[in-house]
Amino acid sequence: MPTLYEQLGGSAAVEAAVDVFYRKVLIDDRISRFFDGVDMDRQIAKQKAFLTMAFGGPANYTGQDMRRGHAHLVERGLNDSHFDAVVELLGASLTELGVAPDLIAQVAAIAESTRADVLGR
Amino acid sequence: MPFLTWDGQRVEMRPTETVLDALLRVGVPLSHSCRAGVCQSCLLHATQGAAPQGSQAGLKPTLAGQGYFLACVCRPDQDLTAELPGPGVRTITRLVAKSWLSETVLRVALECDEPLHHRAGQYLTLFRIDGLSRSYSIASLPDGMIIELHVRVIPNGRMSNWLAGTANPGTELTAQGPAGNCFYMPGAPEQPLLLVGTGTGLAPLYGIVRDALGQGHTGPIWLYHGALDERGLYLVHELEELAARHPHFRYRPALLSRDGPLPQVLQAAHPKLAGWRGFVCGDPQIVDVLKKRLFLAGMASREINSDAFVPTASPG
Ligand SMILES: Cc1cc2nc3c(=O)[nH]c(=O)nc-3n(C[C@H](O)[C@H](O)[C@H](O)COP(=O)(O)OP(=O)(O)OC[C@H]3O[C@@H](n4cnc5c(N)ncnc54)[C@H](O)[C@@H]3O)c2cc1C
Ligand code: HEM
Ligand code: FES
Repeated sequence: MPTLYEQLGGSAAVEAAVDVFYRKVLIDDRISRFFDGVDMDRQIAKQKAFLTMAFGGPANYTGQDMRRGHAHLVERGLNDSHFDAVVELLGASLTELGVAPDLIAQVAAIAESTRADVLGR
Repeated sequence: MPFLTWDGQRVEMRPTETVLDALLRVGVPLSHSCRAGVCQSCLLHATQGAAPQGSQAGLKPTLAGQGYFLACVCRPDQDLTAELPGPGVRTITRLVAKSWLSETVLRVALECDEPLHHRAGQYLTLFRIDGLSRSYSIASLPDGMIIELHVRVIPNGRMSNWLAGTANPGTELTAQGPAGNCFYMPGAPEQPLLLVGTGTGLAPLYGIVRDALGQGHTGPIWLYHGALDERGLYLVHELEELAARHPHFRYRPALLSRDGPLPQVLQAAHPKLAGWRGFVCGDPQIVDVLKKRLFLAGMASREINSDAFVPTASPG
């Protein structure tokens, strides 16, 4: 049984999704301010790390890392509504790329499992 | 904490300190400028121990493979013995000519003893005899022993004012490089190209556009040079002439005072950029805004090449 990551297409799927997803994030007034970092190349690299994790791929992050990595954003007001927006844009990106709904649901479930850590609760 | 060995001296690293911080702390006057892993002024060679991968980002694979790393972004996780780059990494150049391209932009021609094998658009890091170092993009094509740079002379700028003033023909400068990934790659001759730069961001673009034309690029090529007003433009005549000889090349000076902000100018002229390749050079903040503009217009992130002229970090 191939893993979710394999079914989605592995790192090639991450490459295909990253531009679509990051474009949505940059123009979404609800969350774009959290991604205002100066360097676009570095942001793209982080988006790839995010997608790899959400796709159930080889994750190099623990729950503690997620807490630490988003703590400065929680300080700036990151809350459930922003989390929901990210999950929504992730789903919309995958739909646009023609990914099957049951796979999208599995991706959403992985993202959901990080909620407490990302929001520092 | 790991130990750093330098010239026989053992220095214990402090938490969060970089190799550059540690060396400066004990009085080693290591050259540096951007402190952000961009200009490559602080390049060192690890003779024992491995520098973390992150400190090798942007280095040529041959240099990374030999254990070179950038001291300003290196926080070692093991003991490290380091030394200055060996011969072969740096070459001696001589200043052969200077002339003004505009009120504030100086053309500097350097002669090398051996060809540099650069690609138009890459940059060099220059070291003055006292170790002051700055990076400059190469505006000339790789067709001889003369390297041409465009240096904007900024108020109180140490290197730029020295180049404009005291430095005379015959003055020797050590050059390291070439480095950087912002250059033309053949293989897609019909792809539309968008070149955008502000100020001396024109230097690499002037090399890249002539390189692309010389390699037989047939797709449309647009070059936007952003400036505050007329006085910020230079090479206008040369670029107009180049455009007259190559109908698929368009040169567009964009003046803030006349045309408004460059991102808006681009949005109006090129709302859809899917399938295009882009080259963006100049001041880091503007480069970042312009890259996002191209990206949002549909250009793929891997098609966006850029060089941000990251200035010297203070205290420098
Ligand atoms: C990859 C790369 C490529 C580069 N290519 C070029 C190039 O082709 N042409 C070119 O002219 N420069 C280029 N630069 C910038 C160059 O390396 C120097 O930073 C610049 O020449 C200033 O050096 P300086 O010693 O004269 O000024 P410094 O002594 O370093 O600076 C003096 C003061 O001016 C401020 N300052 C620095 N830069 C600016 C600026 N742009 N505008 C206003 N104030 C400033 C500093 O913060 C400081 O307070 C490049 C930089 C990088 C990293
Ligand atoms: C849905 C679950 C989420 C997961 C699995 C996740 C995962 C990640 C990962 C792996 C990184 C890279 C960390 C690094 O390498 O430094 C990251 C960075 C980042 N995330 Fe998330 N993230 C999630 C939700 C969010 C949300 C809701 C926001 C804001 C709206 C957000 C904003 C950011 C930002 C801005 C960065 C870059 C931080 C920086 O510049 O240092 N993330 N995330
Ligand atoms: S790369 Fe280290 S000082 Fe610029």
